[in-house]
Amino acid sequence: MNNPQLDADGSLRHLLSIDGLPKKILNQILDTAESFVGVAERDVKKVPLLRGKTVCNLFFENSTRTRTTFEIAAKRLSADVISLNVGASSQSKGETILDTVNNLIAMQADMFVVRHAQSGAAHFIAKHVPAHIHVINAGDGRHSHPTQGLLDMFTIRKYKPELHNLRVAIVGDVLHSRVARSEIHALTTLGVPEIRVIAPKTLLPTQVEKLGVHVFHNMDAGLKDVDVVMMLRLQNERMNGAMLPSTQEYFKTYGLTQARLALAKPDAIVMHPGPMNRGVEIDSSVADGKQSVILPQVTYGIAIRMAVMAMLAGGQNGGQTS
Amino acid sequence: MTSKNNPLPNAEDLLKSIASQLAPSLKANTALVGIESGGVWLMQRLLNLLAKPIAQYGVEHGTLDVSFYRDDYAKRGLKSENRPSQIGFDVEGKHIILIDDVFYTGRTTRAAMNELFDYGRPASISLVALINRGGRELPITPQISGASISLDANQHLQLVQNPDNTLSLMLNVSET
Repeated sequence: MNNPQLDADGSLRHLLSIDGLPKKILNQILDTAESFVGVAERDVKKVPLLRGKTVCNLFFENSTRTRTTFEIAAKRLSADVISLNVGASSQSKGETILDTVNNLIAMQADMFVVRHAQSGAAHFIAKHVPAHIHVINAGDGRHSHPTQGLLDMFTIRKYKPELHNLRVAIVGDVLHSRVARSEIHALTTLGVPEIRVIAPKTLLPTQVEKLGVHVFHNMDAGLKDVDVVMMLRLQNERMNGAMLPSTQEYFKTYGLTQARLALAKPDAIVMHPGPMNRGVEIDSSVADGKQSVILPQVTYGIAIRMAVMAMLAGGQNGGQTS
Repeated sequence: MTSKNNPLPNAEDLLKSIASQLAPSLKANTALVGIESGGVWLMQRLLNLLAKPIAQYGVEHGTLDVSFYRDDYAKRGLKSENRPSQIGFDVEGKHIILIDDVFYTGRTTRAAMNELFDYGRPASISLVALINRGGRELPITPQISGASISLDANQHLQLVQNPDNTLSLMLNVSET
């Protein structure tokens, strides 16, 4: 099968989705990110790997956190970064995506970080760029958000290194969540034995069981004895019609409170990809509580994005050193 | 073939030699920094062999993986395995002794120096290599080395760590 993410020799060329990434590459990204965490702890938080390269953040859909962390990541690799909020410029004048991309390539861009409301946008761009250009998917529609999935895996591995022994619960709006899809693929690839999804029927994709997850509609039952609780954001902006009675009602049934968290293992960690709806899917006391690793997720997100860019931009023959 | 005509020195003997050459350089405000991976194995052994002066002068130690600073990244990319550099002490004003296994072009040393300077401004940097195989391409040379030999470009000299933690040198010849 043709996997546009990989070169003929199996190394990473684009990062488009976690689905289809071999375990070896996944682990290589996580291990490389480990080294970049150290870089961020120094006085000089910069390495010269991408010196002279130009990274374009192409955001057809807004996202402050993702764009900022990609920008910081590229800058810490010494790249030059341009962040384009495309929704607000060319697109409104009728320029096509490919025209925008080709213009930036004419300006010697080397790498594109693409966020788009349409599923498959990053794949589309990756298919049309010349061989020396690399594309990273920073979220496309409901499809995929691979760097979020990767940083979540990195965070889990940091706190719970024994992945083959974990019980992980993903809670909330799985239907609209590209993050959930990326997480499920990554957890499965890395050999996490038990993945649960907890959500009302209306917020679950049909046949979600086929992804190899256990489905719970009752949150208390689903949280019992889990090691990791991954909350999802209730995506109001993606909802059409009345999938939910009200956000208050949702919080009562699926909001993560201290009392509910107590059902998980005592040392369970709580994650959230942000931005949080406090009081809707998560209670403030949990979000700011001892078990929360939500801010470390943001920090590790930079290291993961540095690792991905570093692996894409260099020659990729696996590197004998002399 | 070459190794028969010109047998490789014994790595354990070279280690003892660099340990005795290094001993007088150990003083206050000094730190040993091993370069991954062979240099780190050597450093671990040196920490043992020189435990007394190291404790006496409070010599610190750390490790560098220079992958992010190599000048051949654009060509070769990242190697599939890299380890976080660990410099747990303040580099500012320290006398740094870099430790590497095989000294060849000097490019690894350059990368290591560039990385060190991102931690701070050392008082001095010197280089210890187990063996100098000749062929330097930069104005860099080890201040202390166990032996100097001369190898051709298609000969690859490598330090290996045996299961019992002893070290040996291995020579591979690639087709040209």
